[in-house]
Formats: sequence, C-alpha cells, structure tokens
Amino acid sequence: MEVKYQKSVGLTDTPLTYCPGCGHGIVHKLVAESLVELGLLDKAIAIASVGCSVFSYQFFNCDAQQAPHGRACAEATGIKRVLPNNIVFTYQGDGDLASIGIAETIHAANRGENITVIFINNAIYGMTGGQMAPTSLIGQKTTTSQDGRVQALHGSPIHISEMFATIEGVAYMERVSVYDPKHVIQAKKAIKKAFQYQEEKRGFTMVEVVSSCPVNWGMKPTDAMNWVKTNMIEEFPLGIFKDKGDQNA
Amino acid sequence: MAKILMKGNEAIALAAIKGGVDAFYGYPITPQNEVPEYLSKHLIANGKVFLQAESEVSAINMVYGAAGAGARVMTSSSSPGIALKQEGISYIAAAELPCVIVSVMRGGPGLGGIQPSQADYYQATRGGGNGDYQLICYAPESIQETIDTMKGAFDTADFYRNPVLVLVDGLIGQMMESVDFDRPVKQRILLEKSWATNGTKNHPGSRNIANSLHLDPVKLEEHNIHLQKKYKLIKQNETQVEMIHMDDPDYVIVAYGTMARICRSAISMLNEKGIKVGMIRPITIWPFPEQAFDQIPSTCKGILCCELSMGQMLDDVLIANNGRHKVGFFGRSGGMVPDPEEIVDAIVNFKDKVVK
Repeated sequence: MEVKYQKSVGLTDTPLTYCPGCGHGIVHKLVAESLVELGLLDKAIAIASVGCSVFSYQFFNCDAQQAPHGRACAEATGIKRVLPNNIVFTYQGDGDLASIGIAETIHAANRGENITVIFINNAIYGMTGGQMAPTSLIGQKTTTSQDGRVQALHGSPIHISEMFATIEGVAYMERVSVYDPKHVIQAKKAIKKAFQYQEEKRGFTMVEVVSSCPVNWGMKPTDAMNWVKTNMIEEFPLGIFKDKGDQNA
Repeated sequence: MAKILMKGNEAIALAAIKGGVDAFYGYPITPQNEVPEYLSKHLIANGKVFLQAESEVSAINMVYGAAGAGARVMTSSSSPGIALKQEGISYIAAAELPCVIVSVMRGGPGLGGIQPSQADYYQATRGGGNGDYQLICYAPESIQETIDTMKGAFDTADFYRNPVLVLVDGLIGQMMESVDFDRPVKQRILLEKSWATNGTKNHPGSRNIANSLHLDPVKLEEHNIHLQKKYKLIKQNETQVEMIHMDDPDYVIVAYGTMARICRSAISMLNEKGIKVGMIRPITIWPFPEQAFDQIPSTCKGILCCELSMGQMLDDVLIANNGRHKVGFFGRSGGMVPDPEEIVDAIVNFKDKVVK
C-alpha cells in the first residue's frame, strides 16, 4: 500500500506534551519536515527554550540543547560560532523571546548570526498558567491582567516582526499563522526558506508564528483558531517583513 | 621561551591560548579588560572565536552553547559580572559541560569599586547560582601560578566535565611580573567528547542533548547523587595547598591569593622578632584543603585567617579547625590592601583578633 502521509522522521517517537488545539504540534511538524526535506536534519542542533516548548529537545530528532529562560539566541550563537557549518535553530515562545530574551534576540539578529529562530506568538504565558505576555492583546484577560490588558498600565502588544525588519543583520523575517490548512502550507514555506537561507549563510532568519493557546485562553480548540484569525491577525498582520534574498536576486 | 615581563590579565589570556582555548565570549568590566582585549586580537588572528557579547548573561550562555558543542571555551569577568553569570554557571554545571571562567575580583557589594578584593569567596565556593553544584576553584597567588593554572584548566574542565573557576583579585590582574610560559602542566588522559551536540552525522544512531531539566524528582535526585560522586572524586584528587614553615609554628596564618603574598612578607618579619609563624595557603579554595589543618601541632597558639574581605574563607577555616585551636581573623575590604606590618600587628595582638 502506498504511504500517502506519515510522521516526519524529523520528529522522535516521544509523545508531544502539548494541549489539544495548541499550534506547537503543527509547527514542530513543519520544522521537522523542512529539515528533512532540505537534508539538514543530521547537522541540526535545536535550542529548546523555557515555556511550553521546554521539552522540544525530546521531540526534534536531532541534537539539542536546553537553554535558560530567554537565552536561546545566546546559546545558539555560542554553538554556531564554533560549528559554523551546522544548522542551529531556536524554538521560543513570546515570553521567552519577546520579554526576558529580547536583548539576546536583538543582538543575535544585529550581529547577523547565521541562525534560525522559530518564534511562537500565542499572546500568553502557557506553561506557567496563563499570565500576560508582551504580545497579549489590549483587553485580553489573563491571570495577571484579570480585567484585560490596559495600554496605560501594561503597554501595547510588542510587534517583533516589524521591529526585527529594521535590523541590518536580519536576512529573512516573516510572520505566518497556522489557523487553517492554507496558512499551515504558507508557514511551512516560510520555515523552509529560513533554513535554506541559513544553509546559504545569508544571516539571521526568523519566522514568527501567530498561534493558539485554547487552555489558557479558556476556549475550545476551534474557537481558539477562530480567535487567532479574527483577533490576533488584526494586531499581528501576516506577511514577509524582510527578505534579503529577494533583494539580492 | 625565556622569562618575560607581562601584565597579569594579558598573561591569563596568553596562558588560555597555550591551554588550547577555542572560543572566548565575554563582556567588558574593570579590572579584567586586558583579558578580552588580548584575546580579541590573538584568537581571531589564529582562526579561533572571540565574541564580545551584549551582556555577561549572554556571554555565559554563549559559553554554555559552545561547551555543549564540544569546544574549549572560556569567559572572564569581575565580581558584579560574575554575579550576572551565575544562572548560566548553574546550568553548565548541571549539564556537566566543561568550561573555564576567570574572575578578577574587585570590591563589593553592589557596584562596589574597582580595586582588588577577595570578597567573592562565597560566590566562588558556595555557588552563586541555584542548586547543589560545585566549581573547581583555583586561587593562585602570583602571575606565574595563574599561568600554570590557566594552561591546565581546560584539561581539568574536560576531564571532569565541570566548570573550572580561576579566581584572582585585581592586583594579580593589573600588576606585572616576570613569568615563564613553558613550565609543564599535569598530563591528563582525555576522552573524545562523544557527548557533544555537533549534529547526529558525527554520532549516527544517537542524539546528544545538553540539558539540566529533570521534572521527575526521582531522576533529579539521582542526578544530584551522581554529581556529588564526581565532586567527591574531585576533592580526593584535585585539592591543592602549599604548607609554609609548618614545623612547630607558634601561630598559623591561612591566606590565599594576593593576601598570601603579603603574609609571606609578614611571616619573615615575625620570624625576625622570634615569633614562628607558618602558613596554610589554599591553592584550590574548592575543594578546600581541610586535611592540611590536621598538621597543625597542638602547641600552636592560634590560627589567623587573613582575607581581603570581611571574613568569608573564615567559615571554611572554622570548619576545618573543628574547634581544635583558637581562630582569629584579619581582613581589609573595599579595595584596601594591607601592609605586612598590619599582619604582624594582628599576630602580635592575636588575642584581640580571636573570633572563636
């Protein structure tokens, strides 16, 4: 019988720890498939961050390091500088990357570190139980903004893709989502392109994935995906914010 | 190579190169800046890695990454900077990765000052980061001894898969001495780094993971017991101490680093006065040379712990002494470095210095 679809060999057999309806599982699959299709899996080193994806070192079927909270891009830098011909990528959530790790991420980008960052933006701290994130939407209720995020108190949602597009060392910056099959396919293209650019040593590449957190948003999985589509995308518009490859072509 | 005159910080950098360093990640802070400055020129020129990070926090995590990838990697900093690195140091120790950390101590607490100090003994030996971990911690007293230590430090770190901390004060970093880079280092049989996260193509059939997370308490306790076994082995094999004039002394001084140098002069002056004073000079402060205290004769009138701090190694001296002799303390802090005469006075007036 012809196999039409199977789990990527880029993932281990360890069962994922993610909740039903969470986007992490989808994005893990896309990362794994991209590495396999590009023939990069056996020279890849994944950096797991702190948050729901802390166990991603158990899921990606390649070498891995688990970084302290926010330090993934520093750790990736340390590896890539001594192993410039390997593929090094971080997998980070919005608390890890956009809050505690913003300095490490900006400076890795500014140095043009030849690494790939997969940034999952679901507008909340998932692992710790639903606290406000730097990307939480205005009015969004979280366990630490129980009456909703207020701009005057908490500031506005931080726009990582727009910010990083201004940094010279960034070779590729795209914001994608995974709320329906069409966007999953688009996300895969972006992730694959980022790894391709890294292999071509073009500089820092990041893909921001606007994703869901049904448990901490207090929604059914389908409602959560709809909320991504209707509310998140309005705040975080999708698209390519920087592509040095195209400019050079 | 004949003897040359060299500044301490630059000697640290050259000794690191002689010791086989592949990569340096650091952040500027006084009084250790000549270490990264020297390496920035000489590492890059030789195809090695030098990177000035955006912070000490970032630098130590770059060290974590490179150590996990199998490189011989180091960082250097000074007291407040080492404080910032503690999170990463705990992770590196937990993940059992080798690296070398140089700390050129300045006065504290807080931003403190930039003059020489030994006020980071607790930070070095008690673990400034979280959890039950230890660093192999050397506290050399001269530039020559610092060079000899640095040259062997990467081998020691690799051998035990443990961070090595070379702890000096600003005086050793900033002064110049005549030094020899050709002295032999301890030879160790080192295994290939089969655990390095360098891509599965280099170790087909298995994945290498650098990690400190063990959510299952049974597993985490097992990991801690494993670490303790390693630390016990390090205590047995790596404890270093110099015993000076320990034949029938009236008093025994315990001092390390720059303070030990000052005490050497004081001991000569005291001998001229007819007071016989010996010295226990810890070369490793972790592991601390506890057994050296068993050699103090019962006729000894007292032990004087001397530090450029308000009394930190004093805790280890009291533990090692175990109530056998009177223990006194002499310390200066904030960057104040005493004359030998002050140590002489402290011995002559020992009864005023007794703490226990």
